[in-house]
Amino acid sequence: MSSVPLLSLIIFVPWAGALLLASLPRLGAPASRVLALAFSLSTLVLALAALGSFDCASTGYQFVERHGWIGALNSDYHLGLDGLSLLLVLLTGLLAPACMLASWRNIPDPRFFGLLFLLLQGAALGVFLALDFFHWFIFWELSLIPAYFLIKLWGGPRAAHAAYQFVIYTIGGSAFLLLGFVAIFAATGTLDFVRLASLGANGALGAKLATLGSFWPHAVFLGVFLGFAVKVPLFPFHTWLPPAYAEAPTGVSMFLTGVMSKMGVYGFLRLLWPLFPGPLHAASVPLVWLALGGAVLGAFAAMRQTDLKRMIAYSSVNHVSYCLLALFAVSSATGRSGLTSEAAAAALSGTLLQMFNHGLSAAALFYCVGVLETRAGGRRDLGGFGGVQTAAPVFAGLCGIAMFSSLGLPGLNGFVGEFLIFRGVWGLVPWAAAVACLGLFATAFFLITFWQRVFHGPRAGAASAEFADLGRLDLAVLSPLIALMVILGVLPQLQTMLFNPLITMWANHLNLP
Amino acid sequence: MSPLQLCVAFSSVLFAVGLTGALARSNSILVLLGIELMLNAANLNFIAFWRYSPAPSPATGVIFVIFAIAVAAAETAVGLALVISIYRHQRNIRLQEATRLKG
Amino acid sequence: MEPRVAYLWLIPALPLLAAGVGCVAPRNGRRLAAGAAIAAMLGALVLSCFALHLALADPSAHLVYNFRWFDLGNGAVRLGLLLDPLNGLMCVMVSLVGLLIFIFSLGYMDADENFTRFFCFLSLFAAAMLCVVVANSLLLLFIGWELVGLASYLLIGFWFHRPAAAAAAKKAFITTRIGDLGFLLGLVWLYDTTGSLLLYDGGNGVLESHVLGDLATQVLAGGLAASTAIGLLIFCGAVGKSGQFPLHVWLPDAMEGPTPVSALIHAATMVAAGVFLMARIFPLAAADQGLAAAPVHVLTVVAGIGAVTALMGAAIAVAQHDLKRILAFSTVSQLGYMMLALGVGSWVAAIFHLLTHAFFKALLFLGAGSVIHAAHHEQDIRNLGGLRSPMRATYATFSVGMMALTGVPFVFSGFWSKEAILHAASEWNVSHLPLYAGLAGVVLTAFYMTRLLCEVFWGAPRSPAAAHAHESPAVMTVPLVVLAVGAVALGFLGTPAWPWLQSQLTGEAVPAHSLLEGGGLMALSIVLVATGLGAGWALYGRRLRATAGADDPLAAAAPRLFAFLGARMKLDELYAATVGRLNTFAAALAVILDRWVWGGAVGFLARFGEFTGSVNRGVDEGGLNAGFDSISERIRGAGRAYSRAQTGETHGYLRALAVAFVVLALLALLGGGQ
Repeated sequence: MSSVPLLSLIIFVPWAGALLLASLPRLGAPASRVLALAFSLSTLVLALAALGSFDCASTGYQFVERHGWIGALNSDYHLGLDGLSLLLVLLTGLLAPACMLASWRNIPDPRFFGLLFLLLQGAALGVFLALDFFHWFIFWELSLIPAYFLIKLWGGPRAAHAAYQFVIYTIGGSAFLLLGFVAIFAATGTLDFVRLASLGANGALGAKLATLGSFWPHAVFLGVFLGFAVKVPLFPFHTWLPPAYAEAPTGVSMFLTGVMSKMGVYGFLRLLWPLFPGPLHAASVPLVWLALGGAVLGAFAAMRQTDLKRMIAYSSVNHVSYCLLALFAVSSATGRSGLTSEAAAAALSGTLLQMFNHGLSAAALFYCVGVLETRAGGRRDLGGFGGVQTAAPVFAGLCGIAMFSSLGLPGLNGFVGEFLIFRGVWGLVPWAAAVACLGLFATAFFLITFWQRVFHGPRAGAASAEFADLGRLDLAVLSPLIALMVILGVLPQLQTMLFNPLITMWANHLNLP
Repeated sequence: MSPLQLCVAFSSVLFAVGLTGALARSNSILVLLGIELMLNAANLNFIAFWRYSPAPSPATGVIFVIFAIAVAAAETAVGLALVISIYRHQRNIRLQEATRLKG
Repeated sequence: MEPRVAYLWLIPALPLLAAGVGCVAPRNGRRLAAGAAIAAMLGALVLSCFALHLALADPSAHLVYNFRWFDLGNGAVRLGLLLDPLNGLMCVMVSLVGLLIFIFSLGYMDADENFTRFFCFLSLFAAAMLCVVVANSLLLLFIGWELVGLASYLLIGFWFHRPAAAAAAKKAFITTRIGDLGFLLGLVWLYDTTGSLLLYDGGNGVLESHVLGDLATQVLAGGLAASTAIGLLIFCGAVGKSGQFPLHVWLPDAMEGPTPVSALIHAATMVAAGVFLMARIFPLAAADQGLAAAPVHVLTVVAGIGAVTALMGAAIAVAQHDLKRILAFSTVSQLGYMMLALGVGSWVAAIFHLLTHAFFKALLFLGAGSVIHAAHHEQDIRNLGGLRSPMRATYATFSVGMMALTGVPFVFSGFWSKEAILHAASEWNVSHLPLYAGLAGVVLTAFYMTRLLCEVFWGAPRSPAAAHAHESPAVMTVPLVVLAVGAVALGFLGTPAWPWLQSQLTGEAVPAHSLLEGGGLMALSIVLVATGLGAGWALYGRRLRATAGADDPLAAAAPRLFAFLGARMKLDELYAATVGRLNTFAAALAVILDRWVWGGAVGFLARFGEFTGSVNRGVDEGGLNAGFDSISERIRGAGRAYSRAQTGETHGYLRALAVAFVVLALLALLGGGQ
């Protein structure tokens, strides 16, 4: 272990940047952009440093930082990194500078924007690294405030309403989460994730909660579940998502879908599943149906959208639902006799890969829609374009790769995750995999329709006049994402090696009580 | 008449003169003068009652009076400053016109 | 273990490299892109020939090279490369036909401004197709499979500014995607059951006997063997890709792409990938043959679909007017023959027909391309005519292709491969219906090809475009000649007298028979070919079409049937009315659910919250606040009243002071006594 508190640096350097921007009120626009970008790049640099000394074979937490903090709550300042967190920190590190660059132009008051964005970035990183509920929850809630202002102040015409709905809905979910953890603290006297997970694994957590009253184990599970379900979002708690993603400015939409929707899935994997393996198993069949609802109905709803951003937003619902589908399928199979760990390992690997890959492809697609919107003077309806491929071939090529990655074309990153999810889910809950195929079909259908309407055909709508191809800034945002899509499509071992030991351990522990 | 009675009578007169001045004049400085006269009447009483008391302890009455004179001096300084500021505001020092602070 | 197999990856890698070059080449880098593509194909061809040589050294062996792709749990996901005579022949065929079509494209696409992109996509296609061919893992095969779908999508939509091309590309992608989802499910099922997707893996591959035995004995609900279900699911993929009924609808529309694309992808190679796939997994598909109790066998379904497709495609081709669509339906029909052969158990006959068909159909398409190029993109056979004399080379080679396709006896390859299929069908002991369908298809094929030849090449030009046509340049005619040679010569590899191909593919010596073995069937089919040719000549050759607007003789005889076939049996309309409607309905339902049910529930909660808030406000404002307000108001009133005493008159204060002093003094005096 190095003596440098690497994880604290990862979290707090963006916040230091925010503080710096806050203390320089007269900073000019170009300088604040550069400053904000530099601080948001820090995550990538530090995450790569962590990757450099990360021990891939270990399943425990690494770079652990633990200091006594609030004695009365038995709460420590406790940070740690394992394969799952590292993957998400790397994703954040990749996407945050891209989002910053995506907001390079057309953003009034870049200093304030950068300040809020860095706050959001630090909070998201805190969620991925904190191992004690107390400060984890602080990070979790703090991420909402900058997100609210980012949507409201820089968003589209109905942004105020969308941001309001987003925040109220999510806080509503978090309130149940908080109440749940209050009960957990009352029952166990600890808020430490590691300790709670070990209590959850042997069923002691449920027993301790039952001492408060037989009603409590269920209520606490439900509360924690609601908090995460809204955040992901799990169908049918997703109605806040399309307006929020659609009204947010491009860079923020990218971050919301790329990173913030992963916070919910992370919560499911890090908290709900280890803490409540029993209740989750008991509820898993209806939950599988909900995940299927998101995967299938989300994709079908996307088919009817005329606003391109809403369409991509619904495709996000569809994609994150696959992650949850795999998790619920694994949970439903827990303890089943004759279960081999292979299917579970495939499903869980698929979940993790899908989290990362969807982050890349959805962010890239949102950026592409943003490019269309900028070029068309604010229009982004399906009928407002035509023949863009003629006007902007490079743009069409890169957007095409992002689109095919999103619909799971082999050779690009999206396929590996989806294949593993289907392979795993088939082995655990075969009918669910069969139903989920409808979602794959619908995804292909609406993305190809989008492509046909916007990129193919004679030049029409906004593309009939001058329509510039990608500039250097656009290329700087898109090309790293696109390059990764291709590289990770061919070499998924770059991702799987980070978490395979962890997944193997999870999969091997499925036969616990 | 005993000296004490003379003193008290004199101070009563002095007080009455001061009161009349304070109540009857409209010039603020003269009102201040009246107030000073009333104060001095009181000081005279202090001295007289101390001097002609059955067992005068050393310096009691004198210290009272010295304090009172010091307070009166401070009061006059404040009063004069007020007068100046009244003058600045209304270009005269007629007390009847200085009613701006009424409730 | 043959170490040289590990280098098999070079065969798809070379075209992939060329695709990369074409992708980064500037728009005017035409020579670079085309040069790289053709050089890569040439390299792939040479390597394929080496590979074939290696494979033929021991035809019964399956040379494999397996490697780990990434770790997963305690195991790993593994991929592999395979070399056996089937692969080797496919490699050589794909790279040879591909090379010829690349060269042809140099001439055909010469005027197109997106020349470099065209070669980039073609190379991508070749790489993906070769990947399908050399894969030893169904997963790797699936990866290549989807990538050929992508290349097909890109190339059908190559002229994407034309709405018809854009729609056709979309239709092709979506339709094949439906089949591919079945394939994917079959794949994951197989993976889950066997723990591997490698075809051959030293005894543990999914095509090797003990795994197959497990699969065939695993019985699901309804008496279905697991291998049957998996085989049928994988067959879905083949149905989509190979344009089999009921997913054939995309293939005729795919003719919106440039003609070399139609020749390469939609005639010779990609659409044949489904047949190749079924031949590749034939042991799996045939694993349930032993189960007498099974309600359905994979191969029975394959044969049935093949027979329906063969007949339907030929029938629809009779009533088409577009040169390329006639050939497209002919392709559908011929692919049906191949599936039929697979279904009746003779995958060797299917591959034989696949190889010969690749040559003569590529020849026909390129000939059509030459005609279209010469006639300024006029594709309607009613507007052509009289091209025999200005385009002698094209006419001659096209005729060779036509005769190979119709199965003119003895000299042409199509005859022998079709005979092999019919022969296999006649020996099938389940039903003779496929045989009858195949025989009926023979008549129709001869008929529509005669019609095509008469309408396009004979008579007088019926449009200015046809009148001004002249022979294409050598870069286009030389590939035609090479393909024509192939279309003739390939037949001699698999005649009953010298069954070289059959024995190499199966890895067992197949005894030679007399050429006239099964002579009755052969004679029957020769008679049927002659009937078709004669009928075609009688209707179209004897009295040639005079003007473009003249009625088709067949339409005059049976107008309703002709219109029905011309409208492709109304299947597109049927799908639009059923599947399309269902799809739209599902989407609308999803949106309604979203907006009104889930959104409504959230909205209701929000309203409820607002209602509670307003009740709360009422209580606060009407009750609590009002009480506090009235008390405060009284206090303020009192203050206002008392403040009147503050007059600001200093004399008043002094007076009050004096009066108070006097009062106090009087009180002290009067009350002093007490």
